[in-house]
Amino acid sequence: MTVPSTSTLTRANEQPVDGGRIRPVRHPGQWIGVAAILVAAALFVQFLVTNEKLRLDLVAGYLFERSVMRGLVLTLELTVVAMVLGIVLGTVLAIMRLSGNRVLSFVASGYIWFFRGTPILVQLLFWFFLGSILPVINLGIPFGPTFVEIPTNVLISQFTAAILGLGLNEAAYMAEIIRAGIKSVDPGQSEAAEAVGMSRMLAYRRIILPQASRVVLPPIANNTISMLKLSSLVIVVGLPELLTAVQLIYSRNFQQIPLLIVASIWYLLLTTILTIIQVRIERRLDRSVTGPRPVIRAAERQGTPS
Amino acid sequence: MTEPLVRAVNVRKSFGDLEVLRGIDLEINRGEVVCVLGPSGSGKSTFLRCINHLDRIDKGEIWVDGHLIGYRRAHGHTYELRPHEIAAQRRGIGMVFQKFNLFPHRTALENITEAPIFVKRQSKADAEARAHELLERVNLGDRADFYPAQLSGGQQQRVAIARALALDPTLMLFDEPTSALDPELVGEVLDTMKDLASDGMTMIVVTHEIGFAREVADRVVFMDGGVVVEHGPPRQVLDDPQHPRTRGFLAKVI
Repeated sequence: MTVPSTSTLTRANEQPVDGGRIRPVRHPGQWIGVAAILVAAALFVQFLVTNEKLRLDLVAGYLFERSVMRGLVLTLELTVVAMVLGIVLGTVLAIMRLSGNRVLSFVASGYIWFFRGTPILVQLLFWFFLGSILPVINLGIPFGPTFVEIPTNVLISQFTAAILGLGLNEAAYMAEIIRAGIKSVDPGQSEAAEAVGMSRMLAYRRIILPQASRVVLPPIANNTISMLKLSSLVIVVGLPELLTAVQLIYSRNFQQIPLLIVASIWYLLLTTILTIIQVRIERRLDRSVTGPRPVIRAAERQGTPS
Repeated sequence: MTEPLVRAVNVRKSFGDLEVLRGIDLEINRGEVVCVLGPSGSGKSTFLRCINHLDRIDKGEIWVDGHLIGYRRAHGHTYELRPHEIAAQRRGIGMVFQKFNLFPHRTALENITEAPIFVKRQSKADAEARAHELLERVNLGDRADFYPAQLSGGQQQRVAIARALALDPTLMLFDEPTSALDPELVGEVLDTMKDLASDGMTMIVVTHEIGFAREVADRVVFMDGGVVVEHGPPRQVLDDPQHPRTRGFLAKVI
């Protein structure tokens, strides 16, 4: 047998001097790392405070400016509505794709193929300019009589075009995230649900999707944070959300850096709030796995081995 | 004599090119406890899963309590049932799985009340009262608020038995209910099943527990190669097997 360097090994007759107290391994490298980070942070703060070209006074002045506030509200609205649309439609698409019905599965695959395969900018502009290729939307019997006629431009406002563009695109990505989540649930679960007489849809609602949600939550949070910033694309349909609002200001006063800092502060704040919400939901969903055992009162204890 | 509760007639089932069930004929009477033994790959689990249509049969017929499982006959033609009709048939048949398959995101109590509330539309109060009774019956009255991950394997399997009983089934199917358990936990599950048998429940148990079969079963069925090789009272099949394949199998497991 080969023995590693004997200097660190204990000799057979070595006796403990302090009652055998175990001392944990030391990590001197960690302290050097902490010191390095503290120095770097101090340098950064000094740079921020002493650099007059940063114009922190302007950052403070524009942080709550009215057009910035309006942009912030629009960013939030777009993100929330597009994500809700994306999650709901994505769930439907994922279930369609996994269903045994070939037509449903084919339609869902086709949707995902198309909306992931074309640029989101093109999709936004397509919805916005739909009126130019399809001036009126008719409701009626195909090739038969028409009951209602609505001009497309009335139906699709800038905001609707933005939501359709962002939401329908998001649904395609979300469908794949949720499909992965559903597939991560043990097949025994849907068998058990079926065995107690549940329909497929009830099994999804009560048994499978709640379990899949634990798996899909981190990627959904990812996409939501990404949507906060992706929503700035809606400038192509003429909507000034947060990033566009600050761009409009610095195109007049040429103070790019302070205004970009304004936008970043808001994005960071929104991301922080979303992360806190994510952690809370995750903790709630993990309760069944990692939660504390309920306390059994002595009065109801039975002779069951545990 | 009354109509048998379960009647299987020439049941056949293939997975791709592999024929797993090659003509099973079996009748099971009300209140009877039948243990199905056989080597792995003999088709015994598949046969059990066909009884509540978790696997669909290719040929033959299975009747449970006067209902043709999974299909409908009209004018000499056989039609597949709609999913909600199959779901309704399954409510009369309880199933216990080898790996328990409890719903991990629901407490023991919620596992039991899930189907009564959402499938049978019982009130929450009624379903919970019944679930507490069932938990007492499987000796887990003090574990109602535990999640499956907080229970031992034996406790989980007993919750799974209570969950199946919550729908008041006329027939209970057990698919190797003790095979995934640590040896010291097997006894508590078998005891629960013995209680159930003595209450008169009709049970079909796929198992490797020869001792349980000898003590509790009214009849033992030995399957091999997708057919029933022999069946009869445990004394006869286990102690004086007629077929060489049964003898070979028993020689290995006892």
